[in-house]
Amino acid sequence: MTQEAELVFSRPESLSDVVTHYCPGCIHGIVHRLIAEVMDELGIRERTIGIAPVGCSVLAYNYFECDFAEAAHGRAPAMATGMKRVEPDLTIFTYQGDGDLASIGTNEVIHAAARGENITTIFINNAVYGMTGGQMAPTTLPGMVTTSSPYGRDVKTQGYPVRVCELLSQLDGAAYIVRRTAYKPAEVRKLRRAIKTAFQVQMAGLGFSLVEVVSNCPTNWGMTPKESLKFVEERMVDYYPLGDFRVKDEVKDLR
Amino acid sequence: MKVLMKGNEAIGEAAIRAGCDAYFGYPITPQTEVLEYMSRRMPKLGRAFVQAESELGAINMVYGAACTGTRVMTTTSSPGYSLMQEAVSYIALSFVPCVIVNIMRGGPGLGNIQPAQGDYFQMTKGGGHGDYHLLVLAPATVQEMVDLIVEAFDLADKYRQPVTVIADGLIGQIMEPVAFPELKAPQRPERPWALTGAKGREKNIITSLYLGAERLEQENIRLQATIRQIEENEVRYTEYMMEGAELVVVAYGTAGRIVQTAVKQAREEGIAVGLFRPISMFPFPYARLKEIASTAQQILVVELSAGQMIEDVRLASCDQLPISFFGKMGGVVPLPDDVLAEIKKLVK
Ligand SMILES: Cc1ncc(C[n+]2csc(CCOP(=O)(O)OP(=O)(O)O)c2C)c(N)n1
Ligand code: SF4
Repeated sequence: MTQEAELVFSRPESLSDVVTHYCPGCIHGIVHRLIAEVMDELGIRERTIGIAPVGCSVLAYNYFECDFAEAAHGRAPAMATGMKRVEPDLTIFTYQGDGDLASIGTNEVIHAAARGENITTIFINNAVYGMTGGQMAPTTLPGMVTTSSPYGRDVKTQGYPVRVCELLSQLDGAAYIVRRTAYKPAEVRKLRRAIKTAFQVQMAGLGFSLVEVVSNCPTNWGMTPKESLKFVEERMVDYYPLGDFRVKDEVKDLR
Repeated sequence: MKVLMKGNEAIGEAAIRAGCDAYFGYPITPQTEVLEYMSRRMPKLGRAFVQAESELGAINMVYGAACTGTRVMTTTSSPGYSLMQEAVSYIALSFVPCVIVNIMRGGPGLGNIQPAQGDYFQMTKGGGHGDYHLLVLAPATVQEMVDLIVEAFDLADKYRQPVTVIADGLIGQIMEPVAFPELKAPQRPERPWALTGAKGREKNIITSLYLGAERLEQENIRLQATIRQIEENEVRYTEYMMEGAELVVVAYGTAGRIVQTAVKQAREEGIAVGLFRPISMFPFPYARLKEIASTAQQILVVELSAGQMIEDVRLASCDQLPISFFGKMGGVVPLPDDVLAEIKKLVK
């Protein structure tokens, strides 16, 4: 080999060189990488504060090379509000699961969006409480078996799933609310673009941005990683349609 | 120059003078005037003001802003402070400074909006989960409130801990002449621990999560060491007509104010009585009260509660002398004459 090999794939500078604790096949890892790639691309690693949730991604602060805080369960959007109001030039993002964002922290995310806080939320919807061992989440599909809906989620007694993007898209303070997934490479590419747009929305001061990721939890779904991706494609995306739910006109001008 | 000002508004102005860069709050009587005052003043000064969606929102905004190393405050009243406890516990172990004011009201439950001191346990013994105590300062006048608010910001920075100031609706609503210090611009001294963007340095992490038992023990030891330092350095109290006092009345805040008038009257009638008024409720002035207990003949504790501080008075005096209690609950405020009658009963 005399010719120099071209490096086409490497670890983003914003991603820490450590082993994560995520289960094999879990989409959390993919989303982490995409966020790090976007931070590199936008050159904002040194001007960003991330906020980790309580949930499987509670240790996210170990996996990014930017400043990080760990919030109480569900409170990341309030914490982000406090940071952004005193450090408007920094990019502030929260990373939250569905129990964190759509159950215990519903109030915080709704009001952060309503106020049009200039923050970005990456929302991982895997339809269960992963960290505590697979209990029913607000996003658990009707009929889905979890450790706290052992006979399948009965909507008569356990209610219906919460569609976060549809809810938040009603708020005028929200600038960019989209749902993506990551079960195949083409979807991963779309997700990456959405994450980048969400950060750009914040940097342009346009208001609240949120990217929901229809995700998986092979461990608590009792599936192989491959089966779980099929479930995402066939069942999850059916209930949680992918798409753009609110995109302010100024956001379109960004592209 | 002194200006006539309502207690609650003076809290806001004092914080602004101390360089408070951000205020987050939620309306609750009897402290809402602080929120309203800050909503008028903060935007004009280019500082942050958010009326939060709840006290949960407010305290977590405080937590977020505090992580960046700026001076930040919230104010609330009893039920609101209860709601904040989870985050306060997080903030304590995260070692970030902030100022929290609790203008206490009658409880438990929704209670009422009258002056009360029923949150003493919650304020001084931790309040949230886990092992911690916060510095608690209790003024008895609007001027003292202003002075303690200003000091609270310095103390919060010094110990990287939340500092709390407690009072009640009486001090919150009363108008008194006050002097303020010069206006300070928001300061951000070198704070190597703060989240400011990892530019030219390793990333900073602010967390209260430590999964390993030994690691969490270490952080607890560090927190306890900070609390010991606070106990050593920050004891505050004042004494009134204590010369030769055979009966010592112990009272703080509004109760202290009422007792002071009663003590003055009693002295005029020749009764050897004095007032010991703790100002730092944590750290409680155990040592000084122990000295006093060794010379006095008896102690009377007066509180606007069922008797909470009395436990610390008993601890300080090791029950060496008779200790009686006079208290009112539910927002009932005794008159100086009621206290005087109580004093007379005891010295008879
Ligand atoms: C106040 C509070 N209540 C409950 C918990 C326990 N808890 C930890 S993680 C979790 C659920 C997280 O689920 P989700 O947000 O869906 O994230 P995932 O683990 O699936 O990524 C719960 C209930 C907690 N830590 N704090
Ligand atoms: S438990 Fe589920 S969500 Fe958590 S890391 Fe494992 S697969 Fe991912």
